Amino acid sequence: MIDTNPSVLVVDENKIRAAIIEAGLHEAGYENVHIVAETFGLGRCIEQISPDVIVIDLENPNRDLLESMFQLSRSVKRPIAMFVDKSDQTSIEAAVEAGVSAYIVDGLKKERVKPILDMAISRFNAFARMSRELEEVRDELAGRRVVEKAKGILMKARNISEDEAYRLLRRTAMSQNRKISEIAQSLVTAEDLMNDKK
Amino acid sequence: MFKIRAGFIPLTDSALLIAAREKGFAREAGIDLELVREISWANIRDRMAVGHFDVAHMLAPMPVAAAIGLSPVPVEILAPMALGLGGNAVTISRALSLRLQDQGYDGSLDPANAGKALARLIERRRADNLPDLVFSVVHPYSCHNYDLRYWLAACGIDPDKDLQIVVLPPSLMPDALSVGNIDGYCAGEPWNSAAVTAGTGVILTTKSRLWQSSPEKVLGVPKEFALINPDILDSLICSLIQAARWCADPSNIGELADMMAQPGYLDQRAEILLPALSGNIAVSETQSLQDPDFFITFDRAANFPWRSHALWYYSQMVRWEQASMNVKNADLAAASFSPDIYRRAAAKMEIAVPSANAKVEGALPVSTAVGAGNKTLYLGPDGFFDGELFDPEKLDIYVASQKPVK
Repeated sequence: MIDTNPSVLVVDENKIRAAIIEAGLHEAGYENVHIVAETFGLGRCIEQISPDVIVIDLENPNRDLLESMFQLSRSVKRPIAMFVDKSDQTSIEAAVEAGVSAYIVDGLKKERVKPILDMAISRFNAFARMSRELEEVRDELAGRRVVEKAKGILMKARNISEDEAYRLLRRTAMSQNRKISEIAQSLVTAEDLMNDKK
Repeated sequence: MFKIRAGFIPLTDSALLIAAREKGFAREAGIDLELVREISWANIRDRMAVGHFDVAHMLAPMPVAAAIGLSPVPVEILAPMALGLGGNAVTISRALSLRLQDQGYDGSLDPANAGKALARLIERRRADNLPDLVFSVVHPYSCHNYDLRYWLAACGIDPDKDLQIVVLPPSLMPDALSVGNIDGYCAGEPWNSAAVTAGTGVILTTKSRLWQSSPEKVLGVPKEFALINPDILDSLICSLIQAARWCADPSNIGELADMMAQPGYLDQRAEILLPALSGNIAVSETQSLQDPDFFITFDRAANFPWRSHALWYYSQMVRWEQASMNVKNADLAAASFSPDIYRRAAAKMEIAVPSANAKVEGALPVSTAVGAGNKTLYLGPDGFFDGELFDPEKLDIYVASQKPVK
């Protein structure tokens, strides 16, 4: 019964990432996939679903709780061990690098569940890449806005042109070995303080 | 400069690592000590197993658990140094505190008195068909779990049958207490003081009363790292001993609390870090007391990794059916604590080091001067609250004597 379609529980407080993993598992033919995001009630959830495989993100503070549940058989009857084989160091490394960990019911065949971990690792990595790119775009936009503001401050205070203001920012950034946006931010902060906007 | 990456959990007993970096002790020893905050003990263990961490702030039973194969990830961890003694407490909800007073709890924090009242209350609740009380600890292989269980069992309470013990992240415990998800917990600081300050919890007793001068956190080091980098490890240990001495100086407590309170470390208000560091413990909103032994960073050989401490935790793993009792496991457990490395490192400093690797725990009723080479060292008191002794040479007798709870 286990071998045909293992049930997978994804424990992830990040609902978007959880949805991405769920979609990946569905595409790969795993139909019995459950997601839980809440911090409390994890124990009850595991009792009800009785999953064969549990995937959890490393940022989740409930990992210690989860591991304890596999030990104290009050709520979970079946012994569960870390999914990756103890000899499979590369899998463990890849999982930890990606920020994910997994557990399986003892006795479930490794080759049956390896694709699940591989899927989780690749989706976690893809999600991290996506978040990073989004962050960069956000930073760039915010940086541009702050540079515009700083240019305005300089133009007004020194009575110089926009080009001159930009060159001044760039020169200061280069001499201090900092980013233009950082210099601009300092300037904007200083201006705010002077104007008592805080 | 040799870079060392250390994982830590944001708790007051990570003080030595933070002070070693912030006060420059590590840098002076040629070590660039990078501190990486982690969110679970499982992460600390796993990231050590894959080489992300060279060393880590660890629960004392963790190297023991790893040595006897209880860890789901294979890694051999040594504890060449302890990061202090004590530092935990048992905190309960105000509601439970009032009920215990009805059963004779006198507010003294005496574990025997508190335990007796708790045992009576549990009996009473059973007669009234009320649900089990729920206590939480931070990890199955934690001092908190074993300390709590030891106390309960010694007071005639079966921790597996008479109440429920669950695992929770310590940062969630004060909230879980205030909404009634749990009735009490055993956790490190600042999570007891946090509940007292919030007015939702009351400290019932302290680790320093359950077992005086008892182990809590250790420096965990992968065996491989210790073998490849002995000199660097020695330098790190020396810098942590210096940090320990600095933390023990009462005139540095304010600076230490401010340092640890920063967003990159504990990210807490300094006021809730002060009680454990100063020994001035607020046990409820109206009562506080002086307990200089609450958390000991340097004195009484607080950094020495006693093999008798490792073996006591092993005895408790056997007692609570997490591990089986055999000579091989006992040897592995003892060997996971490494007094030899500590002694080798400390020889480079002018400090007194115990000459034995183990002691009979509970044998020192008062602080006692012992010979340590040509220096004098004060050890203890190291008594268990119930007056029992743990002789590591008679491990099997001890384990057999503990089997029945009542």
